[in-house]
Amino acid sequence: MMEVSPTLPAWVAIVTSILVLLGAALTLIGTIGLVRLNNFYSRVHPPTLGTTLGIGCVLLASMLYFSVVKQRLVVHEVLIAIFVTITTPVTLMLLVSAALRRDWAIGDPSVPVPPGLPEEAERPEPLPESDQPTS
Amino acid sequence: MMAHSILIWSVATAEMMIVLAMACAAYRMLKGPRAQDRVLALDAFYVCGMILILTFGIETSDIFYFEAVLVIALVGFVATAALAKFLMRGEPIE
Repeated sequence: MMEVSPTLPAWVAIVTSILVLLGAALTLIGTIGLVRLNNFYSRVHPPTLGTTLGIGCVLLASMLYFSVVKQRLVVHEVLIAIFVTITTPVTLMLLVSAALRRDWAIGDPSVPVPPGLPEEAERPEPLPESDQPTS
Repeated sequence: MMAHSILIWSVATAEMMIVLAMACAAYRMLKGPRAQDRVLALDAFYVCGMILILTFGIETSDIFYFEAVLVIALVGFVATAALAKFLMRGEPIE
């Protein structure tokens, strides 16, 4: 069980609680979306709730709490915030372009020609039903 | 001391919510259906792990959990980027 220092002001405890709960709830909503949506290109969106506001709220809560508990300004959490904000779009764009190529290569008619290939590139023949990849 | 017990309970609740979120991501990682879904779920999974360790740091009032979170962020970024590159180039179907 957590031990709270008795000198911690009440408003800090309340604000920290709200921010931590909000961050955790947003992350949970994001991963529930990851489970429930039925298409890879829709499933890319919900986890970003966790990587933006989810982790942002928890980092704010942590900054506030430690700044009051340690009685000095604790802001090194900003490093994590900057890093996550920069890396998430990079990885997801890489992943989606890989997925686009893979779907195109098996002849999925619903995807456009991936970038880097000429617009009139010959579309591969769709695989027969029995040869559809499972992973 | 009402506010302090609110803090204790909300941090515990938040940890349980993050563990549920990790369970959802793990379900998607195991179920697939395709490799890109698994990589996406891995990405969501390590972000949940980072948030869990941050809340654990608040719970124990220990500032050094921050470094573990930074390491997970770095390694997770490299892992997801490498897996995405592998899916793009290293696939026999291409």
